[in-house]
Amino acid sequence: MLRVSLSEISAALKEGRVSPTELCQRCLSFIKATKFLNAYITIAEDTALKQAEESEERYRRGQILGDLDGIPVAVKDNFNTAGIETTCASNMLKGYIPPYSATVVQKLLDQGAVLLGKTNLDEFAMGSGSTDGIFGPVRNPWSYSRQYREKCVQNSHTENEDSNWLVTGGSSGGSAAAVSSFTCFAALGSDTGGSTRNPAAHCGVVGLKPTYGLISRHGLIPLVNSMDVPGILTRCVDDAAIVLGVLAGHDPKDSTTVQDPFKPFELTSFIDASKLCIGIPKEYHAPGLSSETLALWSKAADLFENAGAKVIEVSLPHTRYSIICYHVLCTAEVASNMARFDGLEYGHRSSMDKSTEVMYAATRREGFNDVVRGRILSGNYFLLKQNYETYFIKAQKVRRLIANDFVNVFRSGIDVLLTPTTLSDTIPYVEFIKEDNRTRSAQDDIFTQAANMAGLPAITVPTALSEKGLPIGLQFIGRAFQEQQLLTVAKWFENQVKFPMIQLQGMMDHGHTVCHHQKSAFFS
Amino acid sequence: MAASILRRSLLAPRCRAGDVAALHSGPSRRRAQGLGPIASGRRAGNSPAGERGVAPWVAVVGLEIHAQISSNSKLFSGSQVQFAAPPNSLVSFFDASLPGTLPALNRRCVEAAVMTGLALNCSINKKSLFDRKHYFYADLPAGYQITQQRLPVAVNGSLSYSLCVGGKKNQMVTRTVRIKQIQLEQDSGKSLHDDTRSQTLIDLNRADVGLMEVVMEPDMSSGEEAAAAVRELQLILQTLGSSQAIMAEGQLRVDANVSVHHPGEAYGVRTEVKNINSARFLARAIDYEIQRQIKELENGGTVMNETRAFDYKLGCTIPMRDKEGKQDYRFMPEPNLPPLILYDTKSLPANMNHQQVVNIDWIRERLPDLPSVRRVKLVEQYGILPEHSFTLLNEDGLMEFFENVVRQTPMNPRKLIGWILNDMLGYLKQHNLTVKESPVSSLFLADLLNLLEKGTISSSAAKQVLEELWKGEEKTPLQIVKEKKLELIQDQQELEQICQAVMEGHQEEVMEIKKGNQKVLNKLIGLVQRTTRGRADPVLVKQILEKRLSQ
Repeated sequence: MLRVSLSEISAALKEGRVSPTELCQRCLSFIKATKFLNAYITIAEDTALKQAEESEERYRRGQILGDLDGIPVAVKDNFNTAGIETTCASNMLKGYIPPYSATVVQKLLDQGAVLLGKTNLDEFAMGSGSTDGIFGPVRNPWSYSRQYREKCVQNSHTENEDSNWLVTGGSSGGSAAAVSSFTCFAALGSDTGGSTRNPAAHCGVVGLKPTYGLISRHGLIPLVNSMDVPGILTRCVDDAAIVLGVLAGHDPKDSTTVQDPFKPFELTSFIDASKLCIGIPKEYHAPGLSSETLALWSKAADLFENAGAKVIEVSLPHTRYSIICYHVLCTAEVASNMARFDGLEYGHRSSMDKSTEVMYAATRREGFNDVVRGRILSGNYFLLKQNYETYFIKAQKVRRLIANDFVNVFRSGIDVLLTPTTLSDTIPYVEFIKEDNRTRSAQDDIFTQAANMAGLPAITVPTALSEKGLPIGLQFIGRAFQEQQLLTVAKWFENQVKFPMIQLQGMMDHGHTVCHHQKSAFFS
Repeated sequence: MAASILRRSLLAPRCRAGDVAALHSGPSRRRAQGLGPIASGRRAGNSPAGERGVAPWVAVVGLEIHAQISSNSKLFSGSQVQFAAPPNSLVSFFDASLPGTLPALNRRCVEAAVMTGLALNCSINKKSLFDRKHYFYADLPAGYQITQQRLPVAVNGSLSYSLCVGGKKNQMVTRTVRIKQIQLEQDSGKSLHDDTRSQTLIDLNRADVGLMEVVMEPDMSSGEEAAAAVRELQLILQTLGSSQAIMAEGQLRVDANVSVHHPGEAYGVRTEVKNINSARFLARAIDYEIQRQIKELENGGTVMNETRAFDYKLGCTIPMRDKEGKQDYRFMPEPNLPPLILYDTKSLPANMNHQQVVNIDWIRERLPDLPSVRRVKLVEQYGILPEHSFTLLNEDGLMEFFENVVRQTPMNPRKLIGWILNDMLGYLKQHNLTVKESPVSSLFLADLLNLLEKGTISSSAAKQVLEELWKGEEKTPLQIVKEKKLELIQDQQELEQICQAVMEGHQEEVMEIKKGNQKVLNKLIGLVQRTTRGRADPVLVKQILEKRLSQ
């Protein structure tokens, strides 16, 4: 039952085939059973059960709050949740219980959703593996899938079964793992350079990064304010549309949200592909792109073309500067955003208190990991008066060029861009940590980051399994605030590719580990 | 939220021995007269400037003034603004910089800044931007202040102010200082240093209160000019209602940039005198700093580009080991606030919700009369002297008081103003009272002046009545006149007799007058008044005496 989609479980709740409490309890016990994935930092068992009971009462009275009523969800641990510890996977905020909830969290709760817990991430969302938080790395559920295990055995370089587990990608790896391993029906991530789409692709789930300004950031502990967007992770595109409908809209507490009212939409299953124009940006044919992913990408293009769509190669010439540009803008905002963590008002405070300055320094040294401190250092360097023009202003100008590339492409008649989400399928943890966080982030965000630079909506759709039996996702980038068009295309694509469901071994409580699924029609 | 406690790391500013000495044994401080050169004490005292051939010094003063915006809520959060509320009782999550909170601009603060910009003849930028200014300080919880460094809301204005010059300070001159810009920014919290326990207590009530920083170009040359400019600004802010501008409550805080140079030479190195929070000490602090720099340079020293604080107890400026020093503020755009867009009637989009836009023209049309206009009107309407109009406006509530009295008595305002400015204001000043605290209401003063005007009492009797009225008892002027029997003596014969008696008692004076010394007549008149306790009509007394003396 846990493996169905959000809309299916919503229907089951409405029809009384399952009660919110029962559903919540099942999820909670499955979270415990999959604890080794380390997807959750905090399990809010008590409040979740209470919310489920309240939901049950509403169902009993026939007064449900909306489509999310009674549906278990998870939230990345960089969103404030009133009364529930919010850590950002950092010593700095360990034990911090915020007095308010992020607008998106509140909107979920107002719809009757049941908040199961807070999901793991890289410290302050700085990373692309979900490996660099104080609570340890998140394990990709696909490490334990029949699909992967079988291939591993075939390749037979598994001496120790456990050492081969895979990273989820990041930084919203906990949320991706939670959705992928069926412990919740939807999860919130955040997406600054690809932090929602990257782990979604690696975990075989849908990851949506909405247009900047469509969803409130109030209560999201920022990484880069000008690029952060709350992300949505679900099992299918329809579910993402449902959650988007709940979250989108102006928030007076976030001045960067647009005032235009947002109308929730339902996606149609049929599109007239002949009216569709798909752009294939040639610059995304980047070094390091695996031949498998490349092949899949080109197959996907053919799929659209065969359906009658116009598929055109386009150019986004400045995308290649995206990573370096991002490095400057990201670290500068990080340096600024992290300045508030001084140990005075909240969070960690060092016991070294000889003077205010000593206390500041010790607090920040003890509270932040190397990655965060490194970014603060470079960010402050870029913001120095003598460097500001050379780095920050220049990076802003480059950002404008990157954004203009998209404007030009969309102006030329392209509806949606089709690109890879990641260079390849995911890799084992032991491989991943051979490179440092900075190198990894630079590599892994390569296809996702430009959308953040330009503020555009983008979605990754799980497309097929690699030779190793691991998910590969492809990304669609849409016009600003044209989520409906973007998701409609994504849903059509999703229907075509029939991505196989993960077959988890030895994790399901009732032993029915292998389900019968259609074999992927697309990847064969 | 409880007040955070931490050990204090900043040294309390102390006057160095040299500075204290300078205060007591240094050259006698002279007020700079207008734009004219300032003679240093030594040159003026010991050797004439002409002999040495050295040009005198010229001081250059620029001001940065922080005015707290008068608004019910803070600049970026919904917290209330209230002076002297219990510590940390007016702190929102944003004010305490809880992670994930975002600023939302208060429209009222924008309107106040636009209003102020218009009143100071600025051009209002239809698009302005917010920036972050970074520094670590305990009362700045976010580690940065949101301000408008690159593109402020108003630029290129001017402020005209007047001051008295000349040896007797009896000549009014009007000067103009250019306004470089007005920027909106957040206030910080307050640090309260507890020296005995070496702790610093933080109060965040003030954190995020809206400020307007008014930057004045260095067009002034003395403390007196600066004080006059600040006073005029204060009046304008109070008239607009954009700030209460009460210095004692920290609503108006002045930083002064001061340098000295010889005429024709480049400007000298400047120092910044910070946080002059008292109107009384503004001129003194700046003049002290001017003299200190002159003395330093004349003694062969150099002026350092530093920040100094004025110690009002010691009366001198002292170097601050300040939070800012040579800091790099690492400015960057505030990413959570879109550009601030203002409209005028022409650019106002038709479909825009009027609650959400600020229309510059709408504000301009509703600007109240500024102090300069009010003064001109006072002079024109009542025929009073320009300097009187300044005094009327400078004292809070005095103009209203004056106009109330004028309305209730037929007495010529030009005559009436003397009673207001000399008798009433003199008394209030002497007793450290504000106009609002005056024991004599405008009604009673008008009653009194009506008695005088009708010839019921003499002016010296009126002064006696006023003395009684100051006691603040509920007696009307007429009651006092009756009780004290202060009515003019209407009986001509009685008056004739008194005059006769005075003349008889002062034969010497009578002889003097008869010899032609008419001045002595006033003495006789005074004697008659003394005898009658001011109840004699001086004109009548003079007539009687003159008649009798010529007999």
